[in-house]
Amino acid sequence: MTTTTTSPKDTPPAPAAGEHSAGAVLLRGMRANMRQYGMLIALAFIVVLFQIWTDGSLLLPNNVSNLIQQNGYILILAMGMMIVIIAGHIDLSVGSLVAFVGAMSAVMMVKHDMPWVLALVLSLLIGAVAGAWQGFFIAYVGIPSFIVTLAGMLLFRGLTQIVLEGQSLAPFPEGFQNIAKGFIPEMGPYTQYHNPTLVLGAIAVVFLLLREWSDRRRQVQYELEVLPTGLWVAKCVAITAAVVAFTLTLASFHGVPVVMLIVGGLLIALGYVMRNAVLGRHVYAMGGNKAAAKLSGVKDKRVTFLVFVNMGVLAALAGCVYAARLNAGTPQAGLNFELEAIAASFIGGASMSGGVGTVMGAVIGGLVLGVLNNGMSLVGIGTDYQQVIKGLVLLAAVGFDIWNKRRAGR
Amino acid sequence: MTGPTDVSRPTDVTRPVLEMRGITKTFPGVKALSDVQLTVRPGEIHAICGENGAGKSTLMKVLSGVHPAGSYDGEIHFDGEQVAFKDIRASEKHGIVIIHQELALVPYLSIAENIFLGNEQRTARGLVDWNGTLRRAAELLRRVGLREKPATPVADLGVGKQQLVEIAKALSKEVKLLILDEPTAALNDEDSGKLLELILQLREQGIACIIISHKLNEIRRVADSVTILRDGRTIETLPVRATPDAEPEVSEDRIIRGMVGRDLDHRFPERTRYEGEDAGEEALSVRGWTVRHPIDHHRLVVDDVSLNVRRGEIVGVAGLMGAGRTELAMSVFGRSYGQYEAGTVAVGGREVPTKTVPAAVDSGIAYVTEDRKQYGLNLIDDINRNISLPSLSGMRRRGVVDEHHERSVAEGYRSSMNIKAPTVFEEVGRLSGGNQQKVVLSKWIHSDPEVLILDEPTRGIDVGAKFEIYAVIDKLAAQGKAVLFISSELQELLGMCDRIYTMAEGRLTGEVDRAEADQEALMRLMTRDMNGAADRDLTMNRS
Repeated sequence: MTTTTTSPKDTPPAPAAGEHSAGAVLLRGMRANMRQYGMLIALAFIVVLFQIWTDGSLLLPNNVSNLIQQNGYILILAMGMMIVIIAGHIDLSVGSLVAFVGAMSAVMMVKHDMPWVLALVLSLLIGAVAGAWQGFFIAYVGIPSFIVTLAGMLLFRGLTQIVLEGQSLAPFPEGFQNIAKGFIPEMGPYTQYHNPTLVLGAIAVVFLLLREWSDRRRQVQYELEVLPTGLWVAKCVAITAAVVAFTLTLASFHGVPVVMLIVGGLLIALGYVMRNAVLGRHVYAMGGNKAAAKLSGVKDKRVTFLVFVNMGVLAALAGCVYAARLNAGTPQAGLNFELEAIAASFIGGASMSGGVGTVMGAVIGGLVLGVLNNGMSLVGIGTDYQQVIKGLVLLAAVGFDIWNKRRAGR
Repeated sequence: MTGPTDVSRPTDVTRPVLEMRGITKTFPGVKALSDVQLTVRPGEIHAICGENGAGKSTLMKVLSGVHPAGSYDGEIHFDGEQVAFKDIRASEKHGIVIIHQELALVPYLSIAENIFLGNEQRTARGLVDWNGTLRRAAELLRRVGLREKPATPVADLGVGKQQLVEIAKALSKEVKLLILDEPTAALNDEDSGKLLELILQLREQGIACIIISHKLNEIRRVADSVTILRDGRTIETLPVRATPDAEPEVSEDRIIRGMVGRDLDHRFPERTRYEGEDAGEEALSVRGWTVRHPIDHHRLVVDDVSLNVRRGEIVGVAGLMGAGRTELAMSVFGRSYGQYEAGTVAVGGREVPTKTVPAAVDSGIAYVTEDRKQYGLNLIDDINRNISLPSLSGMRRRGVVDEHHERSVAEGYRSSMNIKAPTVFEEVGRLSGGNQQKVVLSKWIHSDPEVLILDEPTRGIDVGAKFEIYAVIDKLAAQGKAVLFISSELQELLGMCDRIYTMAEGRLTGEVDRAEADQEALMRLMTRDMNGAADRDLTMNRS
C-alpha cells in the first residue's frame, strides 16, 4: 500500500492530531458512507455521461417525467426489498405478486365495474394478505424466505394466469390510469411554470435545508466532526441548486407526476420508520445479529412478519402502478421485477447478510438502473447489451464496496 | 541454503529455535508492535502474556505469515536460518503451526478429514487415500490421547476434544513450533487440565510451544518462561522454572505487574454494602425450575433448581461445563433455551411471567450472555445503538426514538464505563473484548433491571478490564441490584460473591457462604454425583 491517508476507523482509540483540514474531514465523512456517496456520485456520473451522449435529450423535461414514470414501480419494489434484505431475508415473489395484483385489479374494475378507488384499496389489501401469507411461513413456521418466496413466485404467477384465463384485461378507468400516467393538476394563476410543482419544490428546499441545519447543530452539540462552514454552505447551495433545477425542469412540462408523489411519500415515511421508529431499529438489529436481537427483547417473529406484510403491500402498489401504466392486466406483467428490485438494493448498499442499508440507498440504486435503461435506450443500445451492462454495473458496485471495506479494515 | 549450519560448530542445545528481533508492525495510524523481541529455546513452553490489544495476536500473525514478510520490519530466525514467510503455508512448511482461539474445524466433516484438510493423503493416482487417512488419523489421535473413531464427525465432539483434534492436525504437519492462542479459554477445568498435560507431553517429544493465555495459573503450571507484552512492546521475559519438573519461580502478581505496568494489590474491589431500607429482601427467587433439552426431550438439562438472590447481594453459580448454568439462566430469561417443564420465578416477592424475553425484561430481569459476539451484540452496528436496543421503547418521544436522548445515554456509559472508543458511533465489532463486554453490560444496566444475571462476564478479557468489570458489578450490588454471577473461574467467584451455589448435571449440588468457601470445597461440590451417592475423587478422572 502506498497511500498514507489516515481514516478514522484505523486510529483507535484517539483520533490522530492534525487531521482537521477541510479535505480530510470531507474525505472521512464520505468514507463513512462510501457506498451511498459512491452511488450518488456514480448516479451523477451516469446522468452527465448520457446527457452528453444523447445531446441533452436525457434531461429534457418530457424525458425526466418519462424516466420517473418508467421507474416508479421498480423504486417502490426496491424500497420494500431493501427492508426485507436489511432484515436478513429475500423476496423472490414480488414480480409475480405485481402480476397477480394487477390482474385482480383488472378483474375488479374491468369485469365488475368496481369504482377504481375501492379497487385500489382492495388491491393493496390483497397484497397485505399475500405478504402475511408468506410472512407467516417465514416467521412463524420457520421456512427460509428464499424457499417460501420461490414458492410464492410460482404460486402467484399461476394464480395470475388462472384469474386472467390467459388473456389480458383492459381498459382501466381514467382515474386509475392517472396513478401511473397522471400529473398533479395545475392550480392558481398562469405563470410560465406549473404552480403546484414550484410550491412542492420550495417545500422540498426548505425541508432539506432545515434537516442539514439540525444535523449540523446536533453534530456540534455532540462534539462530532463537522464540515467547515464554507464547505457546509457550499453543500447547502448545491442541494438547493439541484432541487431548484429539478423543480424547474418538471414545472416546465406537466409538473410533478403522481408516481413521483407516491415514491417521495414512501421514501420519507419508510426512511423515517427505519431510522427513527422502534420497529425500524428492530429490523436492523435483527438483520445484524438475530440471536442477540432476540435476547434483547426484539420480537423477531412479529418483526419478520410485518416486514413481509409491508413488502406485500408495496408489491401490490407497484402492481397497480404497472397495470395502470400498461392500461391492462396481463399474465406476463412483472417478469423479473424481483431481480431488478434486488439488484437496486444491492447497488444501493444492502449487504447479503443483512443489517445494512437505507431506503434512500434503494432509491439511488433503482435510479442508477433506471437512468442506465433510459439512457441506453435513447442512444439506441439494444436490450441485449443493456442487460450485459447492467450485470456489470451490479458486479462493479458490490465489488467496489467490498474492496473499499477491505481497504478500510487494514 | 544461506543460513548458518550446525556442522560448522559444536551443537549448542541452548541456541534458540526461534528468535524474533526488532519486530515493528504498523497499521495505518497505529503502531501495533514496536521493536518486539522474542526468543524461544528448543523444546520449551514459552508463554506470552499481555492485556488485550498488547500485540500478542499481531506478533503471532507476523510469525505465522498471516502478515507476510515485507509488511513488517525486523528479522525472524527459525531453526538456524533467517526466514521470511509470505503466507501461512510457508510457515507451516517450516514446522510452525498456529491454532487460533476460534477453532477452524469443519463441523460436518469427520475427525480424519479435518486433520488432513488441505493436506489430503493421496494415492498414486491423485485420489484421496482413505485407508491412509484413517490409519494416520488414528495414530495421531492416539498421540494426543483422544479416544474417538477417526470417522466421527467433529460436530459430535465437545470443545475440549475439538481442541485435541486441532493439535492432532498440527502434529500431522510435522510441527516443530506449536502456537496456541488462548487454548483453554472455552474449556472447563477438566478439559483444560488434559490439554495442558498434552502440551507437557509434546515438550518431551521436543516440540516447542508458544502459548498465549490470560490464565496465569496455567502459565505457572506449564510454562518454562514467559514474555510479557504491553502496548506493542516487549516488557520483559521471565524464567518460570529452571527445569521442567521444578516448581514455578514467578508469582501471578509478578506477571500481572508486568502486564499492567503497576501493582494490582487487589484483584478484586472491596465490596460495598447496600444500605437501602429493603436490604436483604429477596429480589429473585426461582423455585423448582426444570427444563428439558431442546432436541433430546428425555434429558433434563436443568432439574428442579431452586435458588434466591437478595437485594444488594452477589450470588455465584459454580459448575463445570455442561452443569446447566447457562441453560438455567437462559431458560429463566424468556425461555430462551430448551423446553420449559416446571418452575416459577418471582422478582421482589411477586411471581412474574418470563415466557418471552420482553416479559422477562419487563419483570426486571436482565441476562448478560457468556457469548457476547453471538448473543450479545450486533457487531456491525455502533456502540450507541447496541446500548439502546433493549430500552428503545422507553426512549420514545412522540412515538419515535429520541436520538438525542439515545446518544446522551450512550455517551454517559462511554465515560462512566470507560469504554475506549473515539465516539459512540464506533462499530462494536472493532472494539476489544473488554470494551465489547462493557457495551453489553451498559446495554443491560440501562434497561434498569432488579436482577442481573451475568454469565461469564470476564471471559476473554484482560486483567485490567476485568477489574473494571468487577468494580461495575460491585457498584450494581451497592445500588441494591441483585446479581447472579455465573463463572468458571472459582477465584473470581470467591473474590466477588456473598454466597455461591454449585451445580452439576443440571442439579443444585450445594450452597456455600463466602466465609466458608474455598476452591477445593467448591470443586468437590461441582463434581458431586447426585445420581450415584459416592463422591468422586477430587482429582477428577484423568484416564
